[in-house]
Amino acid sequence: MLGTLKTHFVPTGLKSCGLAVLMTIAAVLAPRPALALVEIDITQGNIEPLPIALPSFSAEGGDSKLAADMTGVIASDLRRSGLFNPLDPASFIQKNMSVNSTPRFGDWRQISAQALVTGTVIKQPDGRLRAEFRLWDVFAQEQMLGQQFYTTPENWRRLAHIIADAIYERLTGEKGYFDTRIVFVDETGTKDKRVKRLAIMDQDGANVRYLTRGDDLVLTPRFSPTSQEITYMSYGGTDPSVYLLNIETGQREIVGNFPGMTFAPRFSPDGQSVVMSLQQGGNANIFKMDLRSRRTTRLTNGAAIDTSPSFSPDGRQIVFESDRGGSQQLYVMSANGGEARRISFGPGRYSTPVWSPRGDLIAFTKQHQGRFMIGVMKPDGKGERILTEGYHNEGPAWSPNGRVLVFFRDTPGANGGPQVWTVDLTGYNEQRVDTPAFASDPSWSPLIN
Amino acid sequence: MFNREYAGQGARWIVICFALLFAAACAQTKPDGLASNVKPGTGQDFVVNVGDRVFFEEDQSVLNSQGQSTLAGQAKWLNRYSQYTITVEGHADERGTRQYNIALGARRAQAARDYLVSQGVSASRIKTISYGKERPVAVCNDNSCWSQNRRAVTVLNNATN
Repeated sequence: MLGTLKTHFVPTGLKSCGLAVLMTIAAVLAPRPALALVEIDITQGNIEPLPIALPSFSAEGGDSKLAADMTGVIASDLRRSGLFNPLDPASFIQKNMSVNSTPRFGDWRQISAQALVTGTVIKQPDGRLRAEFRLWDVFAQEQMLGQQFYTTPENWRRLAHIIADAIYERLTGEKGYFDTRIVFVDETGTKDKRVKRLAIMDQDGANVRYLTRGDDLVLTPRFSPTSQEITYMSYGGTDPSVYLLNIETGQREIVGNFPGMTFAPRFSPDGQSVVMSLQQGGNANIFKMDLRSRRTTRLTNGAAIDTSPSFSPDGRQIVFESDRGGSQQLYVMSANGGEARRISFGPGRYSTPVWSPRGDLIAFTKQHQGRFMIGVMKPDGKGERILTEGYHNEGPAWSPNGRVLVFFRDTPGANGGPQVWTVDLTGYNEQRVDTPAFASDPSWSPLIN
Repeated sequence: MFNREYAGQGARWIVICFALLFAAACAQTKPDGLASNVKPGTGQDFVVNVGDRVFFEEDQSVLNSQGQSTLAGQAKWLNRYSQYTITVEGHADERGTRQYNIALGARRAQAARDYLVSQGVSASRIKTISYGKERPVAVCNDNSCWSQNRRAVTVLNNATN
């Protein structure tokens, strides 16, 4: 019934996530059905979310609140993706599901569920949690996926996100992004005296932790794609400068020894260098610094503001914004500098470009007629699409699977302030991420595991 | 602009004072903050009687004639009170993106700095910094506020009042 048990050890990335996770995953492998009836094509625009039933995981006499909370986090992840419609548990006909028995598929067809998740979470004698779940194709009447996990109890939210990722990946064919975090700038105080702190949270807004105290103005944190580090701009030193911060150890260092203000940092895809702007008189030029050799390379040189550099995922090109042509526009150049090719030609000003981790698109902020938009275009500048538009939307960043953009939306006036939002690549499914205060400059972590 | 108006009012008060030449209490009747209540060469003197800031058009770093006049006054004052070093702070309004506004603020600070240097202030006395859109002075939602935020402010580093 359970099929073959296979044990996997978690890749090293998981251990370095700062949560002191020691988790082993045992996958309860069911053979994949040759023809799954339930699948989501996420290349479509406004798709009908897939009806999925998530009866509360059974606790089998243990902590039923924990089991219900975990199920709730999974359902919330799936709902917020816009691709799933978790059905109201009140409509469920079959009650008290066990993970070890085959569901009565007719009961689930009757309430129009296309997928069903059953699971259990039990505290082991050794204190660890054991969680197990199965994903069922209601119409094919087959198990699509079954997995088992062990972890420490305080990791229950992460475990729920990992299960949600597994369900997402099995049903969409794409990597999930729920077991990830977002670094951002927490903003408190009045608009003319804002206190800004670096903060980090789970992608669903849970587990907010502050990384700086608010003594110094901090801006534009960006995740390393390969380590538990962020790069950001701080006004703490003599000149405002780009810094590195290890989010596990709290160790902080300035990036390079530049004669003047550095800003707008971002890591290369291999995590080995940081690209940023250096202010030189009235001009801003782009420099790259190798973090191992400390060698710096000038990438642009001209009478212009060249800023917001972002690497292509293969590390060979850089997209950036420049006003060299008279107004802010997007340009692409080699990662070693040299001639740049303008790619944005629509009406308005284009800024804050960021290359998709899939390589196929560049997201940007666009200003036109007093409105601020988030959009995407292909790296050759073709196929521009505006995903959201309003008084002020700024600073997109990609989810690690390249399906979702996180950005901030500001509101006008003395009491206005920024909040973090996400929007699907299709332009549908805008969701606000709940934060304790105003929040700006979000940047997504890579997948943790 | 704010400070120029005060200076104008001050001038009018001086005329009135001369008209009331025999009224010895003239100085005491003036509202606070007027020119002759401020000790020359102090930070307050600089802010009230010279003007510490210049303003810019949207997405511009070109000094207008009013800005040049203010900076010429600053240079004259700084050349007289040579004990001061200064920081020129460049700022942008909120209707731009963060990174660009940092560079735009730097460009404005540089424009003010260059003008001061052209008027004889030693470059070694001047530091510049940009706050982009991070430190607005006016927070309403229209151009009357945004225009006050597009500014370069000359700050005396070692001022006593």
